[in-house]
Amino acid sequence: MTAEFSATDYKYGFVTPIESEVFPRGLTEDTVRAISAKKGEPPFLLAWRLKAFRKWKQMTEPHWLNAKYPAIDYQAISYYSEPKSKPRLDNLSQVDPELLRTFEKLGIPIDEQKRLTGVAVDVVFDSVSLGTTFRKKLEEAGVVLCSISEAVKRYPEMLEKYLGSVVPIGDNFFAALNSAVFSDGSFVYVPKGVRSPMELSTYFRINEKETGQFERTLIIAEAGSYVSYLEGCTAPAFDTNQLHAAVVELVAEEGAEIKYSTVQNWYAGDPKTGKGGIYNFVTKRGLCRGAKSKISWTQVEAGAAITWKYPSCILRGKESVGEFYSVALTNGKMQADTGTKMIHVGEGTKSVIVSKGISADESHNTYRGIVKVLPNAANARNYTQCDSMLVGNACSANTFPTIDVANRKAQTEHEASTSKLNEAQIFYLQTRGLSKEEAIQLIVNGFCKEVLDALPLEFATEARKLLTLKLEHSVG
Amino acid sequence: MYLLEIKNLHASIEGKPILKGLSLSIGKGEVHAIMGPNGAGKSTLANILAGHPSYTVTEGEIWMKGQDLLSLQPEERAALGLFMSFQYPPEIAGVTNRHFLKTALGALRKTNISDEEFQALLSEKMALMGMRKEFEERSLNEGFSGGEKKRNEILQMALFNPDLAILDETDSGLDIDAMKVVAAGVNQMRRTDASLIVITHYQRLLEYLRPDFVHVLADGQIQRSGGPELALELEAKGYA
Repeated sequence: MTAEFSATDYKYGFVTPIESEVFPRGLTEDTVRAISAKKGEPPFLLAWRLKAFRKWKQMTEPHWLNAKYPAIDYQAISYYSEPKSKPRLDNLSQVDPELLRTFEKLGIPIDEQKRLTGVAVDVVFDSVSLGTTFRKKLEEAGVVLCSISEAVKRYPEMLEKYLGSVVPIGDNFFAALNSAVFSDGSFVYVPKGVRSPMELSTYFRINEKETGQFERTLIIAEAGSYVSYLEGCTAPAFDTNQLHAAVVELVAEEGAEIKYSTVQNWYAGDPKTGKGGIYNFVTKRGLCRGAKSKISWTQVEAGAAITWKYPSCILRGKESVGEFYSVALTNGKMQADTGTKMIHVGEGTKSVIVSKGISADESHNTYRGIVKVLPNAANARNYTQCDSMLVGNACSANTFPTIDVANRKAQTEHEASTSKLNEAQIFYLQTRGLSKEEAIQLIVNGFCKEVLDALPLEFATEARKLLTLKLEHSVG
Repeated sequence: MYLLEIKNLHASIEGKPILKGLSLSIGKGEVHAIMGPNGAGKSTLANILAGHPSYTVTEGEIWMKGQDLLSLQPEERAALGLFMSFQYPPEIAGVTNRHFLKTALGALRKTNISDEEFQALLSEKMALMGMRKEFEERSLNEGFSGGEKKRNEILQMALFNPDLAILDETDSGLDIDAMKVVAAGVNQMRRTDASLIVITHYQRLLEYLRPDFVHVLADGQIQRSGGPELALELEAKGYA
């Protein structure tokens, strides 16, 4: 039964038979040293990892989220998995054909995408970044897009300066773990005054059974620069849970803008029994360091057994802007506890939070957010809107907003609503000529409109399809 | 050859029988009024014709244009030329009225309509219904008053140009002025060869829509049928 469900309900439930080199299970200082040695890292990074590991050892796994899961055995996880065929890539013809077929199955026609949209794709397949396309065009503009491992070799001083500067190694349990064992991820550097000539895109995918994926992403936008970064995630269907504890750090200098978009569709476990699926425990944080800088997080979270993350902004620069646009869809037995933190440090800082939660079947969907205005943030403003949509009677939606204002000249606004996707709406649209599927799509897209509008065009199309696909089985 | 033929229709909801052997035939271009007390099954009949999934047809047949209506999905019935004006149209947030109307028209015609062509059509029909332009941009039915919702229903009838329109209690909750506007809209929109089923409690609306036939639905069956004079009689004497 389980296998049947995985195969039919989860479109991306397949394993690519690419040979991998996997570390034995377990985590000790030696594991950390071995990862660092494997990647040929400089001493500062090994020291940094070890420091993180020691912090992590002293921490206890937190459980304050509004979700339940059995204890994770950190010694039962393998912390490194590297595909054995490691191609050097300048163009797609050099890519392992097996990998290309995987992308086809994922419904990501990168070839087409590249040709039509000019998106540079940095593919992270399990833990090693397999290559970067379009690098040349980016290089001409002075934009760096490469794997973290490569950045360690090419720009060590940059990593030493920025790694852990937004999410310190001891920030939380999972960030500490990530800092100790992170495998790979993406590095982006946009020099002063440069607008990235294309949207940067990466697809994460967990392939090896029982390997945790510990991605590390670092994006630095120098003064007056602009970059849009797209992240898509899927994972094959396995019965055991897999831990995904990523860390993403963004730094925007004066007048710079970073737009970070995610469409997440990890395997969510068996919809009937709740068995298996990804634990998506991610720390994402951006620092608006310069005046008038801007960071936008846009996320469509439609997969994972448990999603636990709060893409946040520290608005330090005067008049800097933080945005959070989120759709979190849960169905089956999924649990999501997600939201954002907007920390207003500087004067005249602004933030916007738009959160759309859709819960179906027996899932639990929680919005949790903090808007914090510090004493020096005069004239800070926040607008928050949290809407929940319920599909069926067995799901639940919760909203936990916290507003903490320490400056009298600050303004905050909060709106919230709960609605139901009901049979009456679907029937009405059907009598107007729409199929059931088209009806659901129209209703859900209407509900998520502000968020989908914030996504880059081709990503928005993919997200729309994904949301419809996910809800088809949940409605009537 | 009738446009619609209902033969010995029995239907129930949640196991409770509502319609108990209803038969009705409607010719092209005819206006039929269906009147009757609360709970007689008037709205049930409308919903079954439109294909509401909550009702179960236990016996009988419905034919429209030679097709077995009961075997069709609601959207297929709509494409066949059936339209129902809802008594309580639902609200849909974030979907503008214009986007909805254009999507629906495209689905019914099974072809995309250019923005220019659609806008011209929409502006013309909205003017006929006395609807302000702002209704194009508002979310579908959201925050619409009762009268505005009904007008928007008739606007759809005008745009979709059905062969058979069912008006389910279109007059309910409307004051006399709003009802006149809606009725005038229906009359202006209606093709001479298109048929109309008007479901109502009151004779009032029929003064404007002038039915060819009036039927009394009670206890799940058509109890009496007659001409417009029957509506007047019912108004004077009640359904007893």
